[in-house]
Amino acid sequence: MSEKPIKLYSLSTCSHCKSTKKFLSDCTILYEFVDVDLLEGEERQAILEDVKKFNPKCSFPTIIIGDTVIVGFKEEEIKEALGL
Amino acid sequence: MEVEKLYEMLKKIQEPKGYNFNIDKKRVFELLEALIKNKDRYGYMVCPCRLASGSKENDRDIICPCVYRKPDVEEYGSCYCNLYVSTDWNQNKIPHEYVPERRPPEKIMF
Repeated sequence: MSEKPIKLYSLSTCSHCKSTKKFLSDCTILYEFVDVDLLEGEERQAILEDVKKFNPKCSFPTIIIGDTVIVGFKEEEIKEALGL
Repeated sequence: MEVEKLYEMLKKIQEPKGYNFNIDKKRVFELLEALIKNKDRYGYMVCPCRLASGSKENDRDIICPCVYRKPDVEEYGSCYCNLYVSTDWNQNKIPHEYVPERRPPEKIMF
């Protein structure tokens, strides 16, 4: 099981984000997430600056697994990054 | 608006244009519920899979159906959210590839 820290930038309404959360939970993997659409003002801006560094397109979900950045719910890539 | 009503209404309009709802009805209903939620939040049915600015002017290109649906369905058989798909996509005649974001990043307003 992966010990890498996992961070997920997501939207509360997005189907691919929901699939990603479900997949990680089903694999009993602990992850941190932030639903960017629920943030406002400076907080949103600060998080978006972070997202842009990982993914210039600033699309969701953006998944950070250790040093690997995965844009979109790409199950195979996520599994590989997690060593599953 | 109720999700069932929205489903029937959009189906009637979009199917004759060649845009079918994804055969996965659960997913479609989730997306339609998200569209209704966005209508309540922003006043317009903006794409649930993209970050809206809250300004209708800035978000015009991503109001559902978004301007990227046509090229995405043509190229991938599905819109960015997998809400609207081609017949081939629904019949598994083409691979279900992840549709990459086509919207230019400079359109994203904070």
